[in-house]
Amino acid sequence: MDLGRVETSTFQFAEGSSALRLESGQTLGPVTLAYETYGTLNAKRSNAILVLHALSGDAHAAGVQPETGAVGWWDPMIGPGKAFDTDRYFVIASNVLGGCKGSTGPSSPNPATGKSYALEFPVITIADMIEAQRHLIDHLGIDKLLCVAGGSMGGMQALQWVASYPERVASAIPIATTLKHSPQQIAFDEVGRQAIMADPAWKNGDYYATGQPERGLAVARMVGHITYMSDQSMEEKFSRKLKNSDYTFSFTADFEVEGYLRYRGDNFVRRFDANSYLYITKAMDYFDLSGDKLIPPKGRIDARFLVLAFQSDWLYPAYQSEEIVRFLRSRHVDATYCEIASTYGHDAFLLEIDEQTHLIRHFLEKTYETLPKGAIG
Amino acid sequence: MKNDILRLDYRVIARIIPEGARVLDLGCGDGELMDLLQKEKKAKVQGVELNEQSIYKCVAKGLSVVHSNLDKGLTGFPDQAFDYVILNESLQEVRNVELLLRETFRVGRRAIVGFPNFGNWKARTMIFFRGQTPVTKSLPYHWYDTPNLRFLTIKDFEEYCAVESLKIIESHCLAAKSEVRLWPNLFASTAIFVVAPKGGNPT
Repeated sequence: MDLGRVETSTFQFAEGSSALRLESGQTLGPVTLAYETYGTLNAKRSNAILVLHALSGDAHAAGVQPETGAVGWWDPMIGPGKAFDTDRYFVIASNVLGGCKGSTGPSSPNPATGKSYALEFPVITIADMIEAQRHLIDHLGIDKLLCVAGGSMGGMQALQWVASYPERVASAIPIATTLKHSPQQIAFDEVGRQAIMADPAWKNGDYYATGQPERGLAVARMVGHITYMSDQSMEEKFSRKLKNSDYTFSFTADFEVEGYLRYRGDNFVRRFDANSYLYITKAMDYFDLSGDKLIPPKGRIDARFLVLAFQSDWLYPAYQSEEIVRFLRSRHVDATYCEIASTYGHDAFLLEIDEQTHLIRHFLEKTYETLPKGAIG
Repeated sequence: MKNDILRLDYRVIARIIPEGARVLDLGCGDGELMDLLQKEKKAKVQGVELNEQSIYKCVAKGLSVVHSNLDKGLTGFPDQAFDYVILNESLQEVRNVELLLRETFRVGRRAIVGFPNFGNWKARTMIFFRGQTPVTKSLPYHWYDTPNLRFLTIKDFEEYCAVESLKIIESHCLAAKSEVRLWPNLFASTAIFVVAPKGGNPT
């Protein structure tokens, strides 16, 4: 069963003197978050699940947008009878702070100037994204989330929720993610940022009147897509197949893989803001909950964890998930871990539906059943 | 609980584990034993398992399990976090037994070790009369498909405990349907030992 038509809502906060205080020390306000909800909040408000998106995601996680016909980015996972079962749970998805899909980001108007923020937008972190979401969760009247879940940067947000508000999450499902960005992950992000900033159309970020640095952003996305696949999935998908019957002996896209990357890049510039790409990748690079930062030395948390990784994911390799699990077990935290066999690479968290559905559904059931008595309503 | 259809070794282990104990099951398989200990003994159980399909079955039972190879050790588990560490039908499949046992006694107070007895008379006769590697109920594999890296007898394990200063707290030698008291190394097909370091646990 699918959700059918869904609407995106917005929530505005941090107005006037109550501006959002950021990790950098700067303040930001007012702030708008775009969000969607699926299912019904129960009387005890104990069945809410926050689903967190990756780098280029948005609030449209499931169902169909009536105007565009667009299907949510995790639609196979969210809906009646699915992993995040909307017959039982109330699922919330929001676009991150710094994004360009309805939430406040560098492309939003700066109230001080009336023009887009561009590089006037303060540098944000994953913790700042969670701080903004916390306002949304308060607004929705939810004291404690049944679960925070997401893949890649969504997984970082899930971990950050535990670090920032341990008493407000009953469980977390970080998928294909890490406790800290590695030099390799930072390096790929930096290549993407350099591609954008090297495009003359970037104009130091001040391009909103003239059009965005399409070439640069497309190249950044092409690099990204390579890191989301695996050697094997690329071989299966493209091999050395040609777009036409023969080599052209020119620099047009002869190979299907070239055509695919160009298509993906060109598509991306139509739906994503280049400055948002800079800000969000930087937030990921700053992410570091290693050491005791996930749970402070004397802290104790009662959240349960389901940690998932994928065998062929070389961008967020399984060893990084194993580090999360080792840390959790050292702090007596209830954790389940599975490295799912998959050839899809990092993209697997969007594609390996059956395995994730089985694990997530049972994990959530157990979490929901073991809530303190009186909380299930 | 339908105890009658449960494996005898599970029943024996469930009798050993006290109410509410903290238990780590290394090589927990589909989680049947953990499920039994959780339900009957209110034990706080956790598992480690290498097989991905078994992880799915454990999670379906509502159990907490970590997908990992025991040869990687037990890094991360705090010292003395468990009352019992179970190595049932798994010790003979690991590469570095001594490392794993050291780790076992670091994280747990006592170990419950269960293994197929290679000294069983059926195994002995198969080697002696047929000249073939034994294939029996407790050793059901052929030489080419066995996950067992080691073949040991009850006597071997007792000797190992003596050499390594491990105290045998109790032992159960089992045939298909009951415990064996007479000449266990000849008649038992599997054995379950509860052991702990003689001089206290290393930390």
